[in-house]
Amino acid sequence: METLVGYLNYFIFFAIQGGIFAILSLGLNIQWGYTGLFNIGIAGFYAVGAYTSALLSGPPPLALDWRVVGGYQLPFVVGLIGAMGVSGILAFLIGIPTLKLKEDYLAIATIGIAEVIRLILKNEAWLTNSVWGLKNLPSPLQGLIESKISLFLVSHPDFPRWLNALISKGYNWFYLFIVFLLIGVLYLVSERIIRSPWGRVLRAIREDEAVAAVSGKDVFWFKMQSLVLGAMMMGLAGGLYAHFAKFIDAMTFEPMFGTFIIWVMLIAGGSGNSRGAILGAFVIWAVWTGTDFITGHIQMAGYREGALRILLIGLLLEVILLIRPQGILGEEKVVSKMYEEKRGPHGENT
Amino acid sequence: MEFFGQFLQLTVYGLISGSIIALGAIGLSLTYGILNFANFSHGDVMALGAFLALALFRLTKNLGIPTHSFGPLSFGLPIVIALICSMGLTAIVAIFIDRILYRRFRESGPIVLLIASVGAAFVLRNIIQFIWSPLPSYYFREIQISKRFFGIRIKPDEIFILIFAAGAAYLLHLFLTRTKMGKAMRATSDNLELAKVTGIDTERVILWTWGIGAALAASGGVLAGIEDKFITPELGWHLLLYIFAAVILGGIGSPYGALLGGTIIGLSTEISTAFINTAYKPAVAFIIMVIMLLFRPTGLIRSK
Repeated sequence: METLVGYLNYFIFFAIQGGIFAILSLGLNIQWGYTGLFNIGIAGFYAVGAYTSALLSGPPPLALDWRVVGGYQLPFVVGLIGAMGVSGILAFLIGIPTLKLKEDYLAIATIGIAEVIRLILKNEAWLTNSVWGLKNLPSPLQGLIESKISLFLVSHPDFPRWLNALISKGYNWFYLFIVFLLIGVLYLVSERIIRSPWGRVLRAIREDEAVAAVSGKDVFWFKMQSLVLGAMMMGLAGGLYAHFAKFIDAMTFEPMFGTFIIWVMLIAGGSGNSRGAILGAFVIWAVWTGTDFITGHIQMAGYREGALRILLIGLLLEVILLIRPQGILGEEKVVSKMYEEKRGPHGENT
Repeated sequence: MEFFGQFLQLTVYGLISGSIIALGAIGLSLTYGILNFANFSHGDVMALGAFLALALFRLTKNLGIPTHSFGPLSFGLPIVIALICSMGLTAIVAIFIDRILYRRFRESGPIVLLIASVGAAFVLRNIIQFIWSPLPSYYFREIQISKRFFGIRIKPDEIFILIFAAGAAYLLHLFLTRTKMGKAMRATSDNLELAKVTGIDTERVILWTWGIGAALAASGGVLAGIEDKFITPELGWHLLLYIFAAVILGGIGSPYGALLGGTIIGLSTEISTAFINTAYKPAVAFIIMVIMLLFRPTGLIRSK
């Protein structure tokens, strides 16, 4: 029973991290899935969100820290809003020189901005504490909930040990709830916008920019909105990560976990489909966790294990692209709400 | 006067790193122009070249090749043999990747190719890491003393890098202007459909493009190893941003532009270290690229 509880607690941990990936994947789905914007600097927006939220809501610098700013101990929600805001502004700035050009320029520029952000995180110690990172980040309501839990456990000394172990980790359930709530909200937002006239313009741009422009749509401006909206979601994911992990440094946002795996997730799940984005995030996160079990059974040096796992994910991406480029779910056919209402009882909105 | 001396010194360093960047950028620009996609695995092809050369170099130790160094250089025949064989091997690997991977996406459009290349980049980098570990590897460990010419410090190895890069660029120029395949390559880069109509075997051109691009990239990787004294699996990833900046600066598809762009990126990033933190060299390359995109996205040497 106790091992089962151990697994369950691990599963909660797994689901929180997977949920954060799902938010990143939903953000990328807005940019790439709906609009065709090729952002391979996800790690940059993710990192900026995490640092913004950590600096706004985290503790003030310690005596030994290099950092001299931040630590305003603002509420969790303010931190998250700040994370979304700063990531959005960053996306706006990067959009100005690139969104008028061919799509691959955006790809190059985003990879550049992610690298520049990584350099700033590493070198501007006054702001980011450099390689020592930001520590002791608070999780929302943790003190309150945990004190309630321990009071409850003290008043019930007759509980078996497994139940005790389960309840004492109760805070993670609460965090999981926050993450899933936000996934739900973002899912509804994504579904709503793709069915709106605005979402149809985005898809028109993805299919053929020239046609969208000829129809009188301000292509640049629509792309910009999509880029910023997606980046805000990525910033939000960063904030959620920071307050869950309680520690962030420049190494957290390496290209593999910040960017590449998110792309694999979205493509595996089905780009252009918000359900696919969420599904892909959990499936690939499970595959990634699963490869740990596989490589764990083969005797080899630690670095080989890590390299082999990333290699497998890379090969998986190529295989998906070759045999099922639309992903598990593929893109959903979306028609206007008006059209469905006119059509009668089979439309899902009537 | 002191400032002028420092400026000259940084200019020399800039030319050295510029030639390494240019060797990577030429290959990237060629494949970008002909296949019309941004190959994000090109940096890792450079790293592959550097590591294949390391493996070949270690092999030569058992072959009885004279190991004494050439004159003032810190390496001898084994490194040169390893360098040339690695160029050939890397070219074969690149053509192989094209056959098994990129060729299948040729009809799917540039963005699918781009995604596939990001995947290939991670696969290549981690194969390298799997075999050779993420720790630095060394061709040789001797530390070379710089020589002074008119107050400028330069190592003999660095003179070799400059001469090699210039030689490679000149040979490429001869290839592109004097041979039938070279001309076909330029025609295909200008307009693939038109080249097909005129009877050019574009599949063969693509094959050559991968081969030449990868061979030059491999040499760039080896030279980076000679200059830095060590190689890591991240070598290509660290060069990637410089290479893309050079390609965009020069104009996509133009090998001459890539050469020029590489030199400018090398010079400006090195000279910037006189004013700002050395760690921000990639940021300087990035900013130059963004300025270029804002004001002249077609590049210095106008391409398509």
